[in-house]
Amino acid sequence: MLELSLHILDVIENAVEAGASRIRLQIDENLESDLLTIEIVDNGRGMSGEVMKKALDPFYTSRVTRHVGLGLPLFLEAARRCDGGLSIQSEPGRGARVQATFRHSHIDRAPLGNVPSALLAILLSERAVDIEYNHRVGDRSFHFDTREIREELGEVPLTYPTIRDWLLQELREGEASLREPSIH
Amino acid sequence: MARLKNIEELKKLRDEAQKDLMVRTQTGTRIIIGMGTCGIAAGAREVMHAVLHELELRKIEAHVETVGCVGMCAQEPLVDIEQAGKSRVRYANITPDHVSRLIEEHLIKGHVIQEWAIGRLDARRIQ
Repeated sequence: MLELSLHILDVIENAVEAGASRIRLQIDENLESDLLTIEIVDNGRGMSGEVMKKALDPFYTSRVTRHVGLGLPLFLEAARRCDGGLSIQSEPGRGARVQATFRHSHIDRAPLGNVPSALLAILLSERAVDIEYNHRVGDRSFHFDTREIREELGEVPLTYPTIRDWLLQELREGEASLREPSIH
Repeated sequence: MARLKNIEELKKLRDEAQKDLMVRTQTGTRIIIGMGTCGIAAGAREVMHAVLHELELRKIEAHVETVGCVGMCAQEPLVDIEQAGKSRVRYANITPDHVSRLIEEHLIKGHVIQEWAIGRLDARRIQ
């Protein structure tokens, strides 16, 4: 996968398949320590220690839990080649936490890519999930939480055409605000 | 300030949406895109974007949804189109370049594109 956002989409899709109703994505770009951290926490059905070990094996997949497959091994490889790594913490019934780290300036580090588009793919999921997303670049940050948006929307679903366009716009503006040159 | 402006806009969209929501959920069109690892790796996210773009261009209001792997990984990206009262048609190996013709022929003209379609599923039962 050419963009880290596609790995993120993949891990979140796993969480949705694992029955999660709430997923938190945290992207932290610490430019001073040259570290990029991506963390995805879900409240899905979780995994046992045994399954977790297998989750990083590309030749293992579980059609029953659908929490594993090629996705995590590919993400692990992407992190490894950038002086980083990937860790999973999980317990059956208690969700999962996937954390990947990268040396931010590593020449092999794939770009984050289109995160708004990846998140939209999840927001349009036929299983409704809530996503909390925090992205920090240096001292700037962007916060997005579908729970806050649903409060405004009442019974109108996130998949409603005009709302879906609004969500993409909101995410794009938020991401852009992290990269804008400073006013000073 | 921008955030507040956006929230105001969201409320306006919500009010408009509430008015025709009942009609839409009963009679609407659904376009369903496979978004498992296999779909993502085959470019499903870009197909989703092409679909959204085409719908906007032609002012078609349809629900777009994503689903996980359905087990036909070699034929991803998969796109299903379901219109009220008709059976759901599954299209395989769809790229962004195919999307314009797909919307034109299937949604507007009402023809199934035989060379891309791989199956027909029963229409979803009314909930």
